Amino acid sequence: MYVAVKGGERAIENAHAWMAERRRGDREVPELALEQVAEQLSLLVDRVMAEGSLYDPGLAALAIKQARGDVVEAVFLMRAYRTTLPRFGATEPVDTGAMLCERRISATFKDLPGGQVLGPTFDYTHRLLDFKLAAEGEVPEAPVGAPREGAVPHVVSFLNAEGLIQDEPESDETPRDLTREPLDFPADRALRLQALARGDEGFLLGLAYSTQRGYARTHAFVGELRIGMVAVEIEIPELGFSVEIAEIRLTECETVNQFKGSKSEPPQFTRGYGLVFGQSERKALSMSLVDRALRWKELGEDFVGAAAQDEEFVLAHSDNVQATGFLEHIKLPHYVDFQSELELVRKMRREAGAMQEAAE
Amino acid sequence: MTAEAYNFAYLDEQTKRMIRRALLKAVAIPGYQVPFASREMPMPYGWGTGGVQVTAACLTPDDTLKVIDQGADDTTNAVSIRKFFERTAGVETTEETEEATVIQTRHRIPEKPLTEDQILVYQVPIPEPLRFLEPREVETRRMHALAEYGLMHVKLYEDISQHGHIATTYAYPVLVEDRYVMDPSPIPKFDNPKLSNSPALQLFGAGREQRIYAIPPYTQVVSLDFEDHPFDPGQWDEDCALCGASDTYLDEVITDDRGGRMFVCSDTAHCRARRAAGHVGAMGAPYEEAEA
Repeated sequence: MYVAVKGGERAIENAHAWMAERRRGDREVPELALEQVAEQLSLLVDRVMAEGSLYDPGLAALAIKQARGDVVEAVFLMRAYRTTLPRFGATEPVDTGAMLCERRISATFKDLPGGQVLGPTFDYTHRLLDFKLAAEGEVPEAPVGAPREGAVPHVVSFLNAEGLIQDEPESDETPRDLTREPLDFPADRALRLQALARGDEGFLLGLAYSTQRGYARTHAFVGELRIGMVAVEIEIPELGFSVEIAEIRLTECETVNQFKGSKSEPPQFTRGYGLVFGQSERKALSMSLVDRALRWKELGEDFVGAAAQDEEFVLAHSDNVQATGFLEHIKLPHYVDFQSELELVRKMRREAGAMQEAAE
Repeated sequence: MTAEAYNFAYLDEQTKRMIRRALLKAVAIPGYQVPFASREMPMPYGWGTGGVQVTAACLTPDDTLKVIDQGADDTTNAVSIRKFFERTAGVETTEETEEATVIQTRHRIPEKPLTEDQILVYQVPIPEPLRFLEPREVETRRMHALAEYGLMHVKLYEDISQHGHIATTYAYPVLVEDRYVMDPSPIPKFDNPKLSNSPALQLFGAGREQRIYAIPPYTQVVSLDFEDHPFDPGQWDEDCALCGASDTYLDEVITDDRGGRMFVCSDTAHCRARRAAGHVGAMGAPYEEAEA
């Protein structure tokens, strides 16, 4: 006698309890503190904030801990929390020109106003496992220098002065908000950049890499990459002026792309742009390469059929919370649909068998 | 965070208002996919976020909710969604189709005919019936605007020329009120006839794809076919092994590793009600109260 499978509720509860135990791991090992995650896994925290579209290192650390270190799961937790938050208003645009740069490099000039500042980078480390870290040794304090005086102007402004780089149209229009309106095609650049900024780092990396390997090549130079703190200001209507409400760390990348001119545009350099929460260089670079590839239409270039040029392809698939949800939902029961497929295949096999018999 | 920290049925009132506007538009244009600003929900995309948002926007404190997945109330995801609304809305829940005022479903339509007092909310993975013929949204929207459905008929025709019949068994496309071709969500085509002229309001929510669409009560819904190859909902050689029903959708259950199997109603509430009324199938035992 068949007994219908009951007890889904208890199974779910037990599965959650088991998962929580696995998350805790060996109880002999001290529990991970959120401060440890925020301080010592800060690039992971940055990535979760960037793709979660929510700047809060403490919550990101909690999400990472809760997700057992699974990035996409942590991003999902941030998004699900973010969506419940009330909106008080919109900030002023951040001024990355006034950024307190902790890293600022340009690949297009040997030296430039504001200087080349390497900052805390992996770039020139030798990737040898450092067993001193395993021995829990304290790190000697880094030498301290005097900060550079003066503003750090954007590199593209130098090219702009000479008219060598394409001018971006200025606009005071309020950009559409991806999180409050359905994504609608064709998307304008502001909307594309919003989607890219929260898009999956791995996906954008792959797309950007594909442009470098010839699938819609854009000849990108890193005009500038800068990382540092910027002030976030909001205008308080009652006061009539802006007040600073936070400081956040951003990574900004501007690529300078070779451009031979098209039917509509003269030969000049063109730009790709990336702006990401936290220290996320790979993401910012990827974003600017993909941004540039997506601009083929406005620059009068040919559509060569490359994935990175196709805004519907890029924007519809860059969100890892959407992607992982739909991918993983095939784990849910599908036996009703499968049953009808089963009947269909049986029917077609019967028909094929009958035809073969008739032929023999 | 406790359930009290959230608004009734989880979503804030502004979001519900936005969804209700989309629902009204959807009801006004049967079968048309209305874009809406779908929110991130606390369950993953693909788990029914569209259906959950539609249900949340429809629920009132007096409603009684039923949630089914694959026709069953006790599948894990149905349990999870039902618990979500028990916690965030505190509404009554039920497993009985006739007691429910709102029914959220994935992949099935209940066997028992619905009434004017009921809303059926479908979870939809891919709302666009033309998606696998044309991947671009800009193109498919244009095709709907011009009612240009030739491609779909060609696809169905190719099926017939290759297999002798239409080889689509679920998410079988329908034409709503002679205007929009619509994806009925991945219900088996067996359920397609129930879509048409239903007294209940049928709402479809696709969260990840940000679309809502509707079939208002008493709307004509026709499964696509050809005059010489009329739509065939399919039928079973077997009856339900538990309740003996011969007119329901059946699940095949493998009972051993030697090819043994049995067929049982996929609609568990319907099957239980039949057994309670004294119907017994070939492998069924008389109904006992404790099973409910």
